[in-house]
Amino acid sequence: MELITLFATIINIIIFITVVELTRRNRLKERYSLLWLFSSFVMIWFSVSRESLHLLSRVIGIQYPPSLIFLLGFLFLIIINIHFSTIISELSDQNKTLTQEIALLQETVKSRRGEGGK
Amino acid sequence: MKILIIIPALNEELNIGGVIDDLKAYVPEANLLVVNDGSTDSTAEIAYSYRATVINLPFNLGIGAAMQTGYRYAERNGYDIAVQFDGDGQHRADQLQDILNPILKGNADITVGSRFINKGLYDAELPRLIGIRILSRIISIFIGQKITDPTSGFRAVNRKIIEFYSRYYPDDYPEPEALVLLHRAGFRIHEVPTLMRKRLMGNSSITIVKAIYYMIKVILAITIDIIKKVPGR
Repeated sequence: MELITLFATIINIIIFITVVELTRRNRLKERYSLLWLFSSFVMIWFSVSRESLHLLSRVIGIQYPPSLIFLLGFLFLIIINIHFSTIISELSDQNKTLTQEIALLQETVKSRRGEGGK
Repeated sequence: MKILIIIPALNEELNIGGVIDDLKAYVPEANLLVVNDGSTDSTAEIAYSYRATVINLPFNLGIGAAMQTGYRYAERNGYDIAVQFDGDGQHRADQLQDILNPILKGNADITVGSRFINKGLYDAELPRLIGIRILSRIISIFIGQKITDPTSGFRAVNRKIIEFYSRYYPDDYPEPEALVLLHRAGFRIHEVPTLMRKRLMGNSSITIVKAIYYMIKVILAITIDIIKKVPGR
């Protein structure tokens, strides 16, 4: 095993274990851990299996196979980041609606109280 | 006809009282709703003391979300017409009947008060004027109807649009964006000549760089509005 593939394998196993552990301790929701688990699993696979790494490199025309690992890591990070952006958009939308509802409710309560006091 | 005038206000303690008084004098039949968008001054207290209904957003949500809060209030409380009226004293209550008439007659779903239909009614900083001119050209082409004042926030809408807005209202540049969305949803847009004041208090200094930056952002937002899935009517 080349040094770089050994290095990549170890790093990806650490990432995989970290994500599993965070999920186990309820510090990371399952639905957000899936992409991480999938990415690190694929990365481990290509780090360990020389044959698949070389095969895929040849298919997509990469001269130096270990750089495929970096390419994959980079692509996964982009996908995960876009995924996060959609989650942030959804959260800010929910946050806006909640804020509006609270303000509307407060006004309703206030005006009802006003009527009761008369 | 139940009419609600929605007044978005952010730190307008110097202007809000005059705005409310002005509206009460000219449209006594309408109800006034001040949407306080997280002001840190006494805007809310002053609005209460002038006997307007006040909705206090717990923190600043931005003009789009603040306006939508007003439309949601109008939707839930069965209003037939909602008017947008700035809390900074720029809009004039004596112009309100002109904005309302086409809606009352059923000739339009939304009316927009325009400063530019009759020339010479309004003068502002040159960068702002040029920006508005370019923007109105672009929007006019996009929606196939002549729009002269796309950034005007002096508007009236009927019940159908109140319901539409409660479901979806643009956040970033609500005035020009709303025109594109409403057109795509098939609503009838009318512009009405309107007099406006220059801002009374506070500064709104617009530099050329800011104007260009604003233009680019608005054009991007509108382009997205054109390809966006439009919520149903």
